[in-house]
Amino acid sequence: MKLLGAIGIVCAVLLCAPAGAADRIVVGSKIFTEGYVLGELAAQTLEASHPPVPVVRKLGMGSTGILFESLHTGAIDVYPDYTGTLAAAILKQPQLRSVAEIRTALAKMGIVISQPLGFDNTYALAVPEAFAQQQHLRTIADLARLRHSLRAGFSYEFMDRQDGYPGLEERYHLGLDPAHVNRMEHALTYQAIAQGAVDVIDVYSTDANIRKFRLRLLTDNLNYFPSYQAVWVAGSGFVAQYPAQWRALRRWEGRISASTMQDLNAQVDIDRRSVAQVAAGLRGSSAPRQDLISQIGRRTLEHLWLVGVSLAFSILIGIPLGILAVRRRRLGHLILTFSAVTQTIPSLALLCFLIPVFGVGTRPALAALCLYSLLPVVLATFSGIRSIDPRHLENARAFGLTSGQILTRIILPLASPALLTGIRTATIISIGTATLAALVGAGGYGVPIVSGLSLNDVPTILTGAIPAALMAWAAHAAFNLLGRFVIPAGLQRTP
Amino acid sequence: MLDLEHISKAFDGKQVLTDVSLSIPTGATCALIGSSGSGKTTLLRITLRLIGLDHGTVNVDGRPLSEFGPGAWADRIGYVPQDGGLFPHLTGEQNVTLVPRLRRWEPARIRARVAELQQLVALDSGVLQRFPHEMSGGQMQRVALMRAAMLDPAVMLLDEPMAALDPLIRSALQAELKTIFRRLGKTVLLVTHDLAEAAFLAECITLLHEGRVLQTGSYPELVLRPADPFVTAFIKAQRTLPDTAGPP
Repeated sequence: MKLLGAIGIVCAVLLCAPAGAADRIVVGSKIFTEGYVLGELAAQTLEASHPPVPVVRKLGMGSTGILFESLHTGAIDVYPDYTGTLAAAILKQPQLRSVAEIRTALAKMGIVISQPLGFDNTYALAVPEAFAQQQHLRTIADLARLRHSLRAGFSYEFMDRQDGYPGLEERYHLGLDPAHVNRMEHALTYQAIAQGAVDVIDVYSTDANIRKFRLRLLTDNLNYFPSYQAVWVAGSGFVAQYPAQWRALRRWEGRISASTMQDLNAQVDIDRRSVAQVAAGLRGSSAPRQDLISQIGRRTLEHLWLVGVSLAFSILIGIPLGILAVRRRRLGHLILTFSAVTQTIPSLALLCFLIPVFGVGTRPALAALCLYSLLPVVLATFSGIRSIDPRHLENARAFGLTSGQILTRIILPLASPALLTGIRTATIISIGTATLAALVGAGGYGVPIVSGLSLNDVPTILTGAIPAALMAWAAHAAFNLLGRFVIPAGLQRTP
Repeated sequence: MLDLEHISKAFDGKQVLTDVSLSIPTGATCALIGSSGSGKTTLLRITLRLIGLDHGTVNVDGRPLSEFGPGAWADRIGYVPQDGGLFPHLTGEQNVTLVPRLRRWEPARIRARVAELQQLVALDSGVLQRFPHEMSGGQMQRVALMRAAMLDPAVMLLDEPMAALDPLIRSALQAELKTIFRRLGKTVLLVTHDLAEAAFLAECITLLHEGRVLQTGSYPELVLRPADPFVTAFIKAQRTLPDTAGPP
């Protein structure tokens, strides 16, 4: 009875807590360096615009699909993407090449895109700068002159994709000696070209390593590679509501060249500067002051909200399911199997499955967390009730207690130590798993962990990982304390 | 007054009780005795209405079981389970007052009844504030008796009340139980496998064997005029009869 009361209070508090959605602009981004840099650039630009509007960063949100879905549902307002990606992944019309065609097609979906920001992040061929000068190489077609001696190091993906090497050969008729075209891991191609083992490699045109290894990109003079021009992508609602802000973002149109973008990526990946500093540098201002304490505070609230709400639901669903599993043998078997199977689905996959049902943002994250914490709760309820001496239940019936009274007066109190252990396990699992919620834009400690992982930035990872570990530890201690109030004194024999 | 008339019960086609009748006059103490598998537990569970019966009737003070709602029936039968059966998460007092509280008795009425019964079963003050695991076996039995008597039932039903107690405490408590039964003035049905206990506490003994009543009578009657060779065999099998065994 006390246990139910305690859960009820927790639910009430959590459901009254603010869920967000005030007057504000939410900026999203994909989960790689360039995405973070452009997302941060957009956020800082919006913050500096007039009239001032609060800006929320949801940077590092996984794939195109998640971002587009977020834009669609209004979970984010604007994010940077590439024309080629929009045509292929969203419109499913890879033949669309021009920005105008793509803009028209997206407008039917209520999506607005800006003019290109100025650079094209596509496949490109790169040669060492010194080698280019020595051999007078400017375009891809120039490579044909060296067809007998040129040694290439191409990544597996580039070799296998139809829009990679096979199509390139067909278009340019380079006629490279197949014996000199090596397939290798993409990360190794830079080492290979730096050591002079190969002369030409495939790269992404804004890759930071181009500057690091002093490479020259060869011009695609036959326009072979599909165009991946960076643009701002926004919901038409945002554009209508915040015209001044949209204009501020559009001032970047045509102003970021490929070499600028390479430089920005290199500042983050190689010089290890923060994304905020790099974006501020481009804007010619200083980075907004990052108040680490208030940032961690906000993420703590988000994380607590995720864990608390999902846990409340898994308790409210899990305990009745556990009780049902005890009473109905066959159904019980089904319930236990189901909750065990959900536990085996990788968290990322589960999040992806839930996006079509719940959209993006907090809801799929809450649903996934709820499913994950269901098993410990159901199992604890089931085994906690099963371990009660059946004579107590029979005696209660003999005393004339109704089944409801037996449940609340006898079963739940006697099972409460097991229940609390199960809920404690569920909580600690949730605190860990909730870090993945950042991938669908639900915030929490996962934000610095995910961005730190993708930027290979350990201090940033720690600003999420340490608080998460502390929260798990605090939850453990809190449950010990809670046990003293919830578990009937008669069952609190010291272990 | 408790009357069990012509009770039969089968589980999955296996006859467990066959035409069992048993009558206990108001205020009397009777023992239902038999070895394990004799059907005495089934009869007990039927009387407690935990399971149904195939044939026959159970009456309390002339009213059949079927006339009562489940709660009302439970209130007419004061049940003392084996080893007391106290709920481990409740204190002695919470155990004793559980049902009256659920029946929404006034707190003053509950307090008065607890005080009255505590005196009657001679329970030391303070024991009621303890949890079962902090009580001795004898204290648990007394608390269980109080709990059974709280609603002033017509019949008290005791299931192997002494089984878990060590022999010294057992004989002391047996003597006391007899006094308590007399003070309570209840109709008592004692279910036991111990003939000595039955002979000491009960005026009449019903011997159950393989689901049938072999004989009902006082202990001397069972010894002197056995109705069946098994009655004699059962009595002989109980090796340690005390010298004082027998009706008062």
